[in-house]
Amino acid sequence: MTLLRSILHRLATMAVTLIGAAVIVFFVIRVVPGNPIAMMLPPGASEADIARLSAHYGLDRSIPEQFVIWLGGVLHGDFGTSISLRQPVMPLVLGRLPATLELSIFALVLAVIIGGASALAGTLWRGTKTEAAIDVANGVGLSVPDFLWALVLILLFGVLLPIFHISGRISPSADLPFVTQFYVFESIARLRFDLWWDLLKHMFMPALALAIPLAAIISQLLKQSLKETMHLDYVVLARTKGYGENHVILSESLPNAVLPTLTLIGVQFTFLIGGTVIIERLFSYEGLGNMAIDAVINRDLPLIQGIVLVFALIFTLINLLVDMTYALLNPRLRNA
Amino acid sequence: MSAFLTIRNLSAMLRGGSQRVLRSVDLAVEAGEVRGLVGESGAGKSMIGKAVLGILPSAVSIVEGEILLDGKNLLAMPPKERRRTIGTVAALIPQDPLTALNPSRRIGRQITDRLVDILGWTKANAHARALELLDEVKIENPERVMASYPHELSGGMRQRVLIASAFAANPKLIIADEPTTALDVTVQKQILKLIREMQARHGTAMLFVTHDLGVVSKVCQKLSVLYSGMIVEDRTVSDFFAAPRHAYSKALLAATPKYTDPFASLLPVDEAVIAAADEEVKAADRGWRHG
Repeated sequence: MTLLRSILHRLATMAVTLIGAAVIVFFVIRVVPGNPIAMMLPPGASEADIARLSAHYGLDRSIPEQFVIWLGGVLHGDFGTSISLRQPVMPLVLGRLPATLELSIFALVLAVIIGGASALAGTLWRGTKTEAAIDVANGVGLSVPDFLWALVLILLFGVLLPIFHISGRISPSADLPFVTQFYVFESIARLRFDLWWDLLKHMFMPALALAIPLAAIISQLLKQSLKETMHLDYVVLARTKGYGENHVILSESLPNAVLPTLTLIGVQFTFLIGGTVIIERLFSYEGLGNMAIDAVINRDLPLIQGIVLVFALIFTLINLLVDMTYALLNPRLRNA
Repeated sequence: MSAFLTIRNLSAMLRGGSQRVLRSVDLAVEAGEVRGLVGESGAGKSMIGKAVLGILPSAVSIVEGEILLDGKNLLAMPPKERRRTIGTVAALIPQDPLTALNPSRRIGRQITDRLVDILGWTKANAHARALELLDEVKIENPERVMASYPHELSGGMRQRVLIASAFAANPKLIIADEPTTALDVTVQKQILKLIREMQARHGTAMLFVTHDLGVVSKVCQKLSVLYSGMIVEDRTVSDFFAAPRHAYSKALLAATPKYTDPFASLLPVDEAVIAAADEEVKAADRGWRHG
């Protein structure tokens, strides 16, 4: 019963969060200067034309009225029509979402591998020059933001040593057999490893730029937690049983030390997804973030609302997932 | 009888320090006997146990001496062989049962891991052995306990689990590092009785580290008294309690509270005795030339 209640409580919290995000965005983008109709029409359009188009998109009504109409549509699955692209919002957003999800997940995997490995290495060789070097690298990784890493990477691996692609999601010449927008997953499912490799070469640099700051945070916190557990009695007891340092770190320390890092990854992953907006722009990667910037430039109100709502939904789902994983890994919370 | 554990002339220093923390310690535990190692906090009694088990903190380094386990010098072995040797023939009963079990691993695995990973037993054999040992330490429903996590057990239960775990691999030597200090007085008595029974049944040599002479009189046959990293007295327990030789031992014995008359003997150790013992330590340090 308590499980059911906590799930219901969770869902209610998520609904409130989403409505809150929707309300704030809806009102804010209508209060800031800029008129979507003016962006659509050529200079010198008549007042009558502007008024007609405004009425067509419902922008002549008061903001609360517009909100009620929009919310009514959303509850029926209708998120409105994009003003600049003249297509329904939801198919547009869903068409771009997989590209962003694939990029974010790849970046997360990179960050966990890089950050986790360097934390383990730093713990194994604690007190040596290796640990000092890892600390310096973490400091640099943390103090440079993702979009600057993007520029550095473009210079390094796009210009000086051009081994990765710096623009787009896949080579334009490629013949695409895909039926979904999840290109990476589908290329694996179809055993088209040529396309998979091409996708990876496009995705690697934006993903790495997103991953570096997160990897540094993971490395720093996980190493700290690991080192704290190394003096604990149960770790010392495991040493007396005949285990070596590697086993002690991986089997005794890591399962306990990983918990705070896990919570942090959850929070930071939402920041990483936020970072895709600028990173996708820099690498001309056809994802949701790139579309968001176009939508803002064009004052495409329904499209902005749709994109923000999808981002908000992803953030709340990630938080839910983190809490569930935490309970799974920590036996003391399982029945709480 | 031959000594199973022999410590010869063992000196240790803090890294970067000039003072020794263990001062030419000689100590032997014969097969099947229990030797008490007594001293105040900071005297270095736990450090001797840690040195034997290879778990000294990194700030302490051994500068001289030998630790012989079954005739083989641990300090001359390469690290991996030393770890394996210790894990195979020795075991630790730790001080604090609340922190000595890994909170995220099941009890059963924490008893069987050494048997399977280090000694190469099959999982089934190790499981059966763990059940047998949990039964021996009088834990009810051992199957259920093996599937539990540490936070589901009481402090006394956890210490029983740790005792079972220490005896599981049939070690020749057990180092008990103040195994009752962190427990309630009522539980202390049961655990002490249990350790004595288990030791007698398995015939394990034991180094029993404690600050409590009352405990020593109940469990040990021989006794070493440690002051400031130096062994000041090495006797059988009956001889010691009849007539301690060293002035510090006498004072320590006088300072031990008696259950029959709790208020009568709560005397601090006399300052003159401490000063004399400190002089002895200084003299030993003057006579000691390393290397």
